[in-house]
Amino acid sequence: MSSATHDEKGRPIVAITGLGVVTSLGQGKDDNWAALTAGTSGIRRISRFPVEGLRTTVAGAVDFIELDEFSAPALTETLAVMAGEEALAQAGMPTSDTFPGPLFIAVPPVELEWRQRLALFEAGKAGEGWHRMLDGAQHGDWVEMYRTFSFAGIEERVADRFGTQGAPISLTTACASGATSIQLGVEAIRRGDCETALCLAADGSVHPETVVRFSLLSALSAQNDPPEKASKPFSKNRDGFVVAEGGGAFVLESLEHARARGAEVLAIVKGCGERADDFHRTRSKPDGSSIIGVFRDALKDADLTEADIDYVNAHGTATPENDKMEYLALAAVFGDALAAIPVSSNKSMIGHTITAAGAVEAVFSVLSLRTGRLPPTINYDEPDPTIPLDVVPHVARDVPIRTVMSNSFGFGGQNVALIFAAEPF
Amino acid sequence: MPEKDPRDAVITGIGLVSPIADGISEHYRLLAAGERVRPPVDADTYAPFPVHPITEIDLSTQIPRRGDQRQMENWQRYGTYAAGLALTDAGIAGESEILERTNLIVAAGGGERDASVDGDIVQGWRDAPDPGAFLNERLGSDLRPTLFLAQLSNLLAGNISIVHHVTGSSRTFMGEELGGATTLETAWRQIRAGQNDVFLVGGAYNAVRYDMVVFLAMSQGLWQGADVPDIWNRTGQQGGMVPGSMGAFLVLESRDHAEARGARIYARIEDVVTDRGARDGSERFQSRIERQLGRLDAAAGDAPIGLLSATSGVPAALAAERTMLDRITADRTAYVRGTGTVLGHGMEAQMPAAVALAAATLGEGSFYPPFAQAEIEAAATDTPSTVAVTGWGAWRGESLTVLSADNE
Repeated sequence: MSSATHDEKGRPIVAITGLGVVTSLGQGKDDNWAALTAGTSGIRRISRFPVEGLRTTVAGAVDFIELDEFSAPALTETLAVMAGEEALAQAGMPTSDTFPGPLFIAVPPVELEWRQRLALFEAGKAGEGWHRMLDGAQHGDWVEMYRTFSFAGIEERVADRFGTQGAPISLTTACASGATSIQLGVEAIRRGDCETALCLAADGSVHPETVVRFSLLSALSAQNDPPEKASKPFSKNRDGFVVAEGGGAFVLESLEHARARGAEVLAIVKGCGERADDFHRTRSKPDGSSIIGVFRDALKDADLTEADIDYVNAHGTATPENDKMEYLALAAVFGDALAAIPVSSNKSMIGHTITAAGAVEAVFSVLSLRTGRLPPTINYDEPDPTIPLDVVPHVARDVPIRTVMSNSFGFGGQNVALIFAAEPF
Repeated sequence: MPEKDPRDAVITGIGLVSPIADGISEHYRLLAAGERVRPPVDADTYAPFPVHPITEIDLSTQIPRRGDQRQMENWQRYGTYAAGLALTDAGIAGESEILERTNLIVAAGGGERDASVDGDIVQGWRDAPDPGAFLNERLGSDLRPTLFLAQLSNLLAGNISIVHHVTGSSRTFMGEELGGATTLETAWRQIRAGQNDVFLVGGAYNAVRYDMVVFLAMSQGLWQGADVPDIWNRTGQQGGMVPGSMGAFLVLESRDHAEARGARIYARIEDVVTDRGARDGSERFQSRIERQLGRLDAAAGDAPIGLLSATSGVPAALAAERTMLDRITADRTAYVRGTGTVLGHGMEAQMPAAVALAAATLGEGSFYPPFAQAEIEAAATDTPSTVAVTGWGAWRGESLTVLSADNE
């Protein structure tokens, strides 16, 4: 069935022709890749707001971007646009106004923040508490603020910014969102709805309530000192993730379309696997069956076997639960072969970029394919003996790879794995 | 009428709960009877802004475990309840072999906030000696972990997976009314292309929550006062929307999948057209309308159609939608009904709810009598075999979904 432009299942092969990324390590692929492969951490003490009284005081915030006033939608939109511009430029496409396909964009659920709630309260003339906020909403012009914080606000503005076609889809699948945005693009191209798709994911929502909420779920590391040591995937003393910010962007095209216009093909999306878990709101099924199914589905979708996977870019959050379950599922699927597959976690350096993670880490996965360099898992000072993985400890490794699997798991039972492959296709 | 095709996307299950009724049969019975149906109005809680609370429901019939109910806020309860109704209606509730490959697409908004915690914090902030420390301390002591989970937008989908064991793919879309339409569009496209066979799609909305009323009040789109006119007649104020609590889910299947298991088919989806952009009378605005009109003509020919408008009643949005509705009614016989008159406005759930009503009437081989006393809502003199559902979102985004009867 397969041909130069179609896969074994007769579907159009989906090519990657543009990549963009922003994290706490910097803006753009070059800076990020240099820092990431040097084992540099982007985790720092939070300076955006007072941390007094917080259990966790570190984050991977993107604090080198000037905003008139921080808000999650403002920073998220900026990160999405920065990553998108980089990807479009690499793809050799105009970086504004005229993208010839749909937009899929993963964004965090946004809502009014405390600054806005206080402003409403101060504008109120009667009542107490939230009643005064309701009164405040009737005094003054809040329409622009409404649109900024509206659930459709970011997709609306980013769609205008890039001139994407038709209705954009903004989505959330919690910590798997970035991977889902890529999946939606792959599916649209495979079914022939479009020749190209812009898949973005961004998260700029490190504010007090985010930190407190994840803390209350016991999800965050509280080992604040030194900040760069807080994120310890696969370590015995790991105690949670470090919340972080970032943006990732993919220009996807049918391989046929990319070749016809002479674009450089960076890699292809070989396969996707996804399943929802029905066990618990924050934990995987104890037998790992859902994640195991995701890996197998991804391999099947890619027409590959376990032996074909050269490297795994792990979800690797550094929560006790995630790393244990991810290993369990990898071991179940890859068996003895797992010992020879490097499995590293970008989150040891950039933290957990939540909504953006699936796309940010997919960008790094493709850069590994391109360069033959695997970023390390840093802070691997006390290996967890129950997780005997080759985590590429401490320093990057040069090893040519042809395939990589990038994993993303989220609260609410969201499980996704993407497989990318290098030439020849 | 296009030929039947094994890859047609057909609707085989409907779950709808709203201010007026619990279940699609009860909705159909009420609305087909020709009596005046209006949702109850709570004009006091968030005065001057009225809201339509949900009808009385027994959650335990679809969410049997109290522990599950406790892990949710109301919007998730309504959605999980309606999802259960849809699966039951389709005859696949508890059918694990099918549920394991049923794909979930949910249109969701943000989670509900705790009115008293928020109120206390804004009240106390001004006088706090160190506002930053005050906020951290109050959040740390007052937020409940379960509430955070209820606030994650994708946790409606998560709860549906846990309670009803729907474990194919799971996606949550966030584009407000347009997000509701794109759940249908994505499922329809995947089924047509043979990418998947079974979907559960829809959304839920709780209108009775302080944070949402405050937020919508900022948009200047809300109607004010206890007297709530029919959706077409909300004139003389800046706003026009009255939020309504609802949950609306649909089971969509490929025709061959539905027929192989002997499922009842309510209707088939002929087309879903979605878009967005400025509503400014520009050429681009006109071309979006022309595109919808063209696709409607392609799907329905020149036969009479039923048309359910899911307009919010917000004047600017309604004006844009009326531009298109007036073209449709000038060109062809179209029996227009505004769902907002009888259900209120359910944001992400609004389009799925309107499509649910459209599918139900096509399944019955009938069409609804007028919902409102308005010139645009003429009585039907025959039974249309095509029903179009239109919806121009309160501030952005528009969609057209075309369904047809599948019984000929």
